[in-house]
Amino acid sequence: MKVEQISVFLENKAGRLAEVTRVLGEAGVNIRALSLADTTDFGILRLIVDNYALAREVLKSKGFTVGKTEVVAIEVPDRPGGLASVLDILAKAGINVEYMYAFVQHSGKNAVIIFRFDNLDEAIALLQQAGIHIYKGEEVYKL
Amino acid sequence: MIFDIASETLPREELEALQLRRLQALVERVYHLVPFYRRRLDEAGVKPEDVRSLGDLERLPFTTKQDIRDNYPFGLFAVPMEQIVRIHASSGTTGKPTPVAYTQRDLNTWSDLMARTLSACGVHRGDIVHIAYGYGLFTGGLGFHYGVERLGAAVIPVSGGQTRRQVMLIQDFGPTVLCCTPSFALYLAEVAQEMGVDFKNTKLRVGIFGAEPWSEAMRSEIEARLHLDALDIYGLSEIIGPGVAVECIEAKHGLHLFEDHFLPEIIDPVTLKPLPPGELGELVITTLTKEAFPLLRYRTRDITAIDYAPCICGRTLARIRRIQGRSDDMLIIRGVNVFPSQIESVLMEIPGVAPHYQLIVDRQGALDTLEVAVEVDEATFSDEVKGLQALARRIESRIKDYLSVSVTVRLVEPRSIPRSEGKAQRVVDKRKLSA
Ligand SMILES: [Zn+2]
Repeated sequence: MKVEQISVFLENKAGRLAEVTRVLGEAGVNIRALSLADTTDFGILRLIVDNYALAREVLKSKGFTVGKTEVVAIEVPDRPGGLASVLDILAKAGINVEYMYAFVQHSGKNAVIIFRFDNLDEAIALLQQAGIHIYKGEEVYKL
Repeated sequence: MIFDIASETLPREELEALQLRRLQALVERVYHLVPFYRRRLDEAGVKPEDVRSLGDLERLPFTTKQDIRDNYPFGLFAVPMEQIVRIHASSGTTGKPTPVAYTQRDLNTWSDLMARTLSACGVHRGDIVHIAYGYGLFTGGLGFHYGVERLGAAVIPVSGGQTRRQVMLIQDFGPTVLCCTPSFALYLAEVAQEMGVDFKNTKLRVGIFGAEPWSEAMRSEIEARLHLDALDIYGLSEIIGPGVAVECIEAKHGLHLFEDHFLPEIIDPVTLKPLPPGELGELVITTLTKEAFPLLRYRTRDITAIDYAPCICGRTLARIRRIQGRSDDMLIIRGVNVFPSQIESVLMEIPGVAPHYQLIVDRQGALDTLEVAVEVDEATFSDEVKGLQALARRIESRIKDYLSVSVTVRLVEPRSIPRSEGKAQRVVDKRKLSA
């Protein structure tokens, strides 16, 4: 139920993001989803890719600091209030969303959203009980 | 064990009386024997008879490495060549070496001081001492050599190089004591590991490491990898060579300086005024007994602090802190003296923080600013902004606690701090560029 996300530390300098995508592209790694959290000094690039191990290896070999985080990919109905219904369930149980970002591609009619929770296992159990579709890692890497 | 119990445990009053007698004799001698010192003392308006208390030391002129260079090669020698029995030299950064000389009595003093040094490290008769300091013009090898013989232990004069052969000798000859630079000790450990040799199975018990600055973190690493007690020794060829100060094995906390032969002061490297005990500054040494190459208030450029508190080992000799850096590296930030090595030691205490950093000094309006660029590696990386910001704030508050100076920490990518010749450029002072 968990998805491996690769995160990359970036200084706020021109061309660093492009460098990451170039390195991954040359290695034949496909980026499935990405988000950049940035401050005035630095940024954290979060990526879901089709080949985590290869992405990690090529980025490290280019001197990037990389980390691995487990996240959850959730199918959210693509209609008004679709996301709110998911967030409601979590809020009621007191689970914090550390961050979230959307997948570029849709899965049929619905959106795929990546979530990072402070309590991953509890969140997964809760969402499953509520009948919300959570993607398996392999599914997400191939989306 | 204390080698020279009478000299090393003198009550402070007696020690100071001895220092004064020796200082007076020294000034008298150099004034009459070395034209350079006579000129300097005349310029300072001090006659030998003006030295009436140790407080008068402050009135004497400093001597610097440049003064030694200006009198190249033998201009500062205080005895005729007929009395000199040995000449050593340290390699100079400017191409010419810095020669130093010894009379027979100087060599005897040096041997005694090295016997005291070894004894403070727990070395005794019956020990086998492996000396991997270089033999030759450098004072390290021969300085240790004569000390071991004076103590009456067995010496293996290995000198530097041929690391694999050294590992073999350590295995086969079973030395109990290792003397070399701390970086060579770690290199030995690496080579031994490659050769499948475990230091646990050797007889080494004590290591005496010096001739280059090292850290507490390095001590832990050496002790863990070589399975011995690692002790810090301090010396410089201008003063005598090794044997100026050494840690005792009982406390392993500060290096006892042989004050009956070397009179220490700690000064502010900018104002040149003496600093109180405990404050970090430049170590200045006056050689009290040297005959061939005496030095008045020699500026070592080494940064340390002095502590006169009694030590559990029984020695009354003051202790200097592990050398913290060179005075040439000192920065003045809003009136506070800061040494890059202090920032480095704060960083090293924070788990996971790599010792790669750069200090960027600038001036905004009338205020100096100090930015510390720290490389983020996998151990400190967090994929959440607040995690990384907390790391930066934690480093800032640690530095503020230790150095009383406010800094801004900027997190940077690994290897983004420029390195020249394998060594990082630690300080960028933008004030100098704009001033
Ligand atoms: Zn002691």
